[in-house]
Amino acid sequence: MVSTAPTLTRAATQGRFELEAGGSWTASYANELERLVDAAAQGTRGDALPAINLANVSAFDTYGAWLLERLRKTGAEIVNLPERYRGLFEEITSADIGAPARRPGRRGLGSRLETLGRATVAMLADLAAIAAMLGAICVSLGNLLRHPARLRPTSVVHHLDRVGWQAVPIILLITFLIGGIIAQQGIFHFRKFGADAYVVDMVGILVLREIGVLIVAIMVAGRSGSSYTAELGSMKMREEVDALRTMGLDPVEVLVLPRVIALIIALPMLTFLGSMAALYGGGLVAWFYGGMHPDIFIARLKEAISITHFKVGMIKAPFMALVIGVVACAQGLRVKGSAESLGLQTTASVVKAIFLVIVLDGLFAMFFAAIDM
Amino acid sequence: MPMSETAGEAIRVRDLVVGFDERVVLNGVSIDVKRGEVFGFVGGSGSGKSVLLRTIIGLIPKRAGSIEVLGANLAVTSEAEHRGIERRWGVLFQHGALFSSLTVLQNVQFPMREYLRLSPRLMDEVARAKLAMVGLKPKDHDKLPSELSGGMTKRVALARALALDPELVFLDEPTSGLDPISAGEFDQLIRTLQQTLGLTVFMITHDLESLQTVCDRIGVLADGRIVAVGSISTMREVEHPWVKAYFRGRRAEALSRRLSTAPS
Repeated sequence: MVSTAPTLTRAATQGRFELEAGGSWTASYANELERLVDAAAQGTRGDALPAINLANVSAFDTYGAWLLERLRKTGAEIVNLPERYRGLFEEITSADIGAPARRPGRRGLGSRLETLGRATVAMLADLAAIAAMLGAICVSLGNLLRHPARLRPTSVVHHLDRVGWQAVPIILLITFLIGGIIAQQGIFHFRKFGADAYVVDMVGILVLREIGVLIVAIMVAGRSGSSYTAELGSMKMREEVDALRTMGLDPVEVLVLPRVIALIIALPMLTFLGSMAALYGGGLVAWFYGGMHPDIFIARLKEAISITHFKVGMIKAPFMALVIGVVACAQGLRVKGSAESLGLQTTASVVKAIFLVIVLDGLFAMFFAAIDM
Repeated sequence: MPMSETAGEAIRVRDLVVGFDERVVLNGVSIDVKRGEVFGFVGGSGSGKSVLLRTIIGLIPKRAGSIEVLGANLAVTSEAEHRGIERRWGVLFQHGALFSSLTVLQNVQFPMREYLRLSPRLMDEVARAKLAMVGLKPKDHDKLPSELSGGMTKRVALARALALDPELVFLDEPTSGLDPISAGEFDQLIRTLQQTLGLTVFMITHDLESLQTVCDRIGVLADGRIVAVGSISTMREVEHPWVKAYFRGRRAEALSRRLSTAPS
């Protein structure tokens, strides 16, 4: 059967007007058909209502039926509707589509203030969620200390493998490059006033105190924090978290705690490895670019840095791990049903974790300055 | 386009073999689904019904055999022809597969937006009419899929599958998870649409009542092949142990007694 364009023509039969419909009244022609129908509806206004003869319609579907119904609502009478289409037409005419939806207008100062207010409330709610997660972790950590058998070593080791061991290559590479870049910049600029030997002090102190731990924490937030959020979020979406809860298990204890513990163990180790790789990179650049023999580099390094600098960097690592873990898990458990919300929360998790890591670093800097470390 | 008059097969599968790694799921499946019929497809859990459906619609690659849908061999059609065929079928996935970031109404409008050039008013009205036809109240049209119950999700998914008034619809367990009344209405709806639109329906189901009330023919899949094809009455004659257990089991007997005594 060949489908043809729909038609709706005026014809006079037995002394009265009739609209004669023909062709395919189907989805493919819905656009043209709508124009025909609306034109016909305009034309009938004021006139005596004509009948619509559908004997010659060759194909008919819900689109055609809907437009016919639109025409019928203007008062037109339908004649000769073929029997095989009658069921569909009746189905359509009985469909209750409700009133057309009115979308509330979103303009003006009022709605902007509303947006601002909502954003503020959402931000506070976010902080509250993070604080609540921190509290929940502390509680289940307390429970764990009283009943150590409830720790899930398999889960901890599994996550340790993922966030620690598997992260080693990329962390080594990045920190190695950063160490090299700092050394190169130092040599290039210090050379102007003959102070290139001090590049060793700069690389050593900067890497051990700040850059090592900061780069590693940011890498881990992007790498592991995002995967924590996505995992917990999709578990939340598929009601796995609810299933755990109904079995009498605490999701924080089962899902969150092993992840956070793994991060707290892994991040100091990664920080140590990263700092060493950065110093190694700095040393290599000093040798090949600055012409400083490694023996001299190591000797100067021994003078420049003390164990204090190393401690300052390492002390920060577990706290940063805690921040990353808490933010990632809190965001993960706030995922709603849609795929979009999963993406939003994952983004929020990484952005907030990195932001808080840097804020924390600043607070530590003030603290260590105050205690002369 | 309704083609109830057109003779021939909507789906023609010959000697289909599908497997994953070592495991062969479908081993030499051949079926014909005629245009304008409701073809019910049954089989035990894990027998490969969904695999067959997903292979026919091209989501799973086949190892051997041929598949023709609406007269076109999908293995050799061009990209454009393939899209043309896809526009003429609708699929209801087992779990609805609604787009979670779109509202119910937008889900139904999605295929219309992609394939038809409609005025916003008509698109809105037809989408709402389709939702009303599958039994959704106007107040639910602007909800998100995550706010729907299981039955409502199924209905919206059916409305989306029917959005373009396809010639062929694939239904993967359409009535599972619905209460018996809704399931009955759903069957009736499928019947009405099938009759008015000349729709061909390929339906995977476990629902004996659907099989009895709406299906013209039934195919049974067991051990990776089709073991029986025919109407419900011929199914009762088949001696294959699974078919026998299914169509002559306690539930089936009770149902057929109820259906035969009920005033029709």
